[in-house]
Amino acid sequence: MTTKLMGQKVQRVEDQRFLRGLGRYVDDVNVENDATMLHAAVLRSPHAHARILAIDVDAVLDIEGVHAVWTHEDLTGPMAEPLPLLIPHPALTHGRTQYALAKDEVNYVGEAIAFVVADDRYIAEDAVGLIRVDYELLPPVVGVDAARAATSLVHEDVPGNVGARLEQNVGDAPAAIAAAPHTLVLDLTIERSACMPMEGRGTVARWEPDLNRLQMWTSTQSSTGVRAAVAVKLGLDLGQVDVITPDVGGGFGVKINHPWPEELLVPMAARALGKTVKFTEDRREHFISSAHERGQVQHIEVGFDDDGRLLGLDVEFWHDHGAYTPYGLIVPIITSTQLLGPYKPQNYRVVFESLYTNTVMVTPYRGAGRPQGCYAMERTMDAIAKYLGKDRADVRAVNFIQPDEFPYDQGLIFQDGRELEYDSGDYPASLVKIKELVGWDEFPAFQAEMAAQGRRVGIGLACYVEGTGVGPYEGAHVHIETSGKVKVATGLTTQGQGHATVFAQLVADELGCSFEDVEVVTGDTRRMPYAVGTFASRAAVMSGSAIHLAAKRAKEKALTIAADALEADPSDLQIVDGVVSVKGSPGTSIDLGTVSVLSNPLRYAFDEASKAATQFSVGDPGKPPVPEDEEPGLEGRDFYSPERATFASGMHAVIVETDPETAEIRILKYAVVHDCGHLINPMIVEGQIHGGVAQGVGGALYERMAYDESGQLLNASFMDFLMPYVTEIPDGIDIDHLETPSPLNPLGIKGAGEAGVIPSAAVFAAAIEDAEGIDITAMPISPSELYSLRQSQGQEHSA
Amino acid sequence: MTEELHDVRLTVNGSAYEIRVPARRLLSDALRHDLGLTGTHVGCEHGVCGACTILVDGSPTRSCLMFAVSAVDHEITTVEGLANPDGSLGAVQQAFVECHGLQCGFCTPGFLTTITAGLRENPTPTHEEARDMIAGNLCRCTGYQNIVKAVERAAEIGAGG
Amino acid sequence: MKPAPFDYRRPGTLAEAVAALAGEPNAKVLAGGQSLVPLLSMRLAAPAMLVDINGLPGLDTISVEEGGVRVGALARHAAVLASPDVRRVQPLVSLALANVAHATIRNRGTTVGSLVHADAAAEMPVVLSLLGGSVDVEGPAGRRTIPADELFVGPLESSVHHDEIAVSAFFPALADGAGVAFEEIARRHGDYALVGAAALVDGDEVSVGYLSVSDVPTVVDLSGVPIDEMGEAALERLEPAEDIHATAAYRAQLVRVLTTRVVRSAYDHAEGRA
Repeated sequence: MTTKLMGQKVQRVEDQRFLRGLGRYVDDVNVENDATMLHAAVLRSPHAHARILAIDVDAVLDIEGVHAVWTHEDLTGPMAEPLPLLIPHPALTHGRTQYALAKDEVNYVGEAIAFVVADDRYIAEDAVGLIRVDYELLPPVVGVDAARAATSLVHEDVPGNVGARLEQNVGDAPAAIAAAPHTLVLDLTIERSACMPMEGRGTVARWEPDLNRLQMWTSTQSSTGVRAAVAVKLGLDLGQVDVITPDVGGGFGVKINHPWPEELLVPMAARALGKTVKFTEDRREHFISSAHERGQVQHIEVGFDDDGRLLGLDVEFWHDHGAYTPYGLIVPIITSTQLLGPYKPQNYRVVFESLYTNTVMVTPYRGAGRPQGCYAMERTMDAIAKYLGKDRADVRAVNFIQPDEFPYDQGLIFQDGRELEYDSGDYPASLVKIKELVGWDEFPAFQAEMAAQGRRVGIGLACYVEGTGVGPYEGAHVHIETSGKVKVATGLTTQGQGHATVFAQLVADELGCSFEDVEVVTGDTRRMPYAVGTFASRAAVMSGSAIHLAAKRAKEKALTIAADALEADPSDLQIVDGVVSVKGSPGTSIDLGTVSVLSNPLRYAFDEASKAATQFSVGDPGKPPVPEDEEPGLEGRDFYSPERATFASGMHAVIVETDPETAEIRILKYAVVHDCGHLINPMIVEGQIHGGVAQGVGGALYERMAYDESGQLLNASFMDFLMPYVTEIPDGIDIDHLETPSPLNPLGIKGAGEAGVIPSAAVFAAAIEDAEGIDITAMPISPSELYSLRQSQGQEHSA
Repeated sequence: MTEELHDVRLTVNGSAYEIRVPARRLLSDALRHDLGLTGTHVGCEHGVCGACTILVDGSPTRSCLMFAVSAVDHEITTVEGLANPDGSLGAVQQAFVECHGLQCGFCTPGFLTTITAGLRENPTPTHEEARDMIAGNLCRCTGYQNIVKAVERAAEIGAGG
Repeated sequence: MKPAPFDYRRPGTLAEAVAALAGEPNAKVLAGGQSLVPLLSMRLAAPAMLVDINGLPGLDTISVEEGGVRVGALARHAAVLASPDVRRVQPLVSLALANVAHATIRNRGTTVGSLVHADAAAEMPVVLSLLGGSVDVEGPAGRRTIPADELFVGPLESSVHHDEIAVSAFFPALADGAGVAFEEIARRHGDYALVGAAALVDGDEVSVGYLSVSDVPTVVDLSGVPIDEMGEAALERLEPAEDIHATAAYRAQLVRVLTTRVVRSAYDHAEGRA
């Protein structure tokens, strides 16, 4: 085996398990002992804003099969304190987090109030229904407008409902706009959607009295984060807590927020009751208690020259962060910085207010603020082109950062607290590809031809740059066992990205072992206790790089030992298919497994490799069996910590048709050009793009969180929250890749996970606007809304 | 108050199981928690997502919309019953590997059962029919592109036979 | 999302089933369960007893009778949709059934169950109304036939008594020379329609039934109205309302568009049969 696996469409190793129904998701954990395991259910607030006057749980304990019920009153020590604010920021002057169980007040429909543990979930739900709570209703604040008006306050001690206000400036945008030959003003809105993984949240915990430690499984994007939180909240030493991430049925961001109340309550209950306890969130709970994202109102002022070149850009936006801010300002900071995309604004001012509302809190959803930023910028580009009567692609092109300008410092501070400095990219080349792929230049003729038949078609284009692979670090451990099998662990978690495959590709390439011999474990704190998590399109860049480095270390050690055994120079050795041999002398060789035996001076002869090892002699008899600075075992461990994020980019184009009578919106063609540097596995990258595009279609045309004025979520089910089926997704997504390597990591890779969803709102708004000739300033858009726009336009004309 | 329990005999993947459950026990829960067949997943419990789809007498059916007590007279097939008798992957499963038809794998069992039945009824679907075959199942990861390819690939390698 | 506890009966005869219902005022019939079970799991309904009629013999039949086709209470949508007899005798039933939810739901859901669920957003009630069909129910006092225009009395409310079981539905045959059509517009394929319309034309007689634009399935006689004014005329009898998916004005627009489409299409159908 000499073919590099990097860049190959390697089939996924994890599929075997999943396709046989042998995946092990959190609700599958301990299922063999279901009869003795306890199950939890949560009483959630039916009101968006209320004071809790009294809670009566008496009726609950009479139910056969109920073991315990907790309310805030029953919590002690750190458990009774508010949940952590994970990412503080100086601008977040009024950060607030909820309690594991509400104390005195509830601030959204769905906030946890009581926690019941029973023999099964059915009984636990029966019990929840019998808890009586007296509420004093308070006026709810729903939506950005109500939050800004601040007639009522979400939190009494947060004036104006403003959690944070952050301004960044590059140059003097207001002055540049005032001096510009042309100016435009845009007011845009974008609504909430949510990650909505097919598997909701879930946690299982077991207190092991024999080991004096807690074991828990949780459907998370950060097992190390949950571990640290649980240890602190339950008053345990970190070393007493193991957090294992089982198979995860999708995350898309919502499982990065932690700890969720249940991630603390379940282990607390398990320890208190001495039983394994399981909580499995149901779909309704997921709608009303797991995070949402996207809602913003934006005001944009822009100044530009005759070519459409930006001279100054002044953006003000209001970000609805819901009832609490556990994840700090990550989402609006990303919006405010990534808004710039591939462009040079010359002068830029951005200011946002992050506002409280009595709705489910907002934390990152795939794209994490970028879709909103892309929407603001790309709608602005379209508006400039329209104003100047220019081709929309040309206006973009004059504003691109050019390939010879990298690294390019945008002069802002990014989400990771580092400078927003783009490492590499080639935007003009991407534009050429996307125009070709979608048929940009041919489109006007097609549009005219359709118009002649009474049909309306439109085309849209949107460009983005995505900071991926943010730090601070990830680590990896590579262990070559005496069998020759290679066990790899990295701490971040997996939610379907195929890590077990792509990381094995990297290890096989670096180590020279066979791909089939590599087994990758992610998200298990017992195997790698130092890790950050899977979010921000960072897994391939961060853990991929760490694994590459760790494999390199293991390889170096293997070569050193093998050189000793084979009496050769390490530089003369090669590893192919798990066998170390002297280059040009294949007979002089030793298996990696045998090298592993030799790496451990305690050579109990248990296996064939151990017997084989007896023919070799290694080590310096004049030194201790394990020399200083060395360790027994054939292992490599390393960490990757980049200076800053690496910036992927891409462009999407879509052609839509709108029905002149019913205003239905049909997608005729969807094209993607994507540049995430070197591809590890193109099959998996394309799968990520497909999924992102589908979520984008959902977010642009179907999905929204429909809150009424009282803060009730009216569509908390899959009946009314319109996640697309195959019938709503384009039949075919045309993808072309550009591979501009990153100089920041050893593999030249950039992240790919979120890209597919970023330009959706922008690109669909542009295409519908092109088809209809009506300004599209609010997304998502439904046929009903498009029809209303047509009506109001008609009324304006007749007025 | 003690809830009445019912003796229920279920036939799943050719094996008979005896369980004692309350009448309200959803078939999806009975399969997963009483029988330990956790390949059938629960995504919404209101019949929309399709993750829990099993075959009841060969027809795709939402197991979250049936009670275990109602399932007594039927032959049930779950994802665990889709492999070939020799243990190798069935044609639909194999097609999913080849086409990268799954990511997180959570919705996958419902697609596999649905497609297995669909190809038995229509072994040579057109592209449109392949899309229609999976039109009642939600997937949040794949954007369906490769699932449609997997339907066509499975037909090619003879899943209908 | 787990149902509240209930008593469960699985009678072997219709008489036992009726007796079980009569003995528990808060009992409900379980047939396909595709609408009922979600309501139970969300605890929006909590009957004291479910009478599971899936074990009753002879109720899964689909038979051609004089003047129409009769569908038994346990005939699944999928079976009715697949029936060549149904398609031949009354094609509107097949046309509408193809729009009922997704195939998997149709495998378990029953057509009669959908009728007595009496959802004005569902396809089959309006089809029964338009065709002037009926439902036979069995109760303590024996069997009676409820004509469609007496069946649907309010939102999700039928005139079937709590101790009666719907045993079959009768869809009248399509007359020679007549034509039918069905069309609906939904946000997603397989969802409840924003608006749906079924048309029956026979010479100069035109009637159209609508779903999702009134509290009960509503049929409007549009005979004599010029085709491009039919939608507007129908709107006088309908009450399109706003919800999170569509404004009332948009629903009205869909009534206009769909009315013209289904009536044209029904005339095409009639012509094709001639």
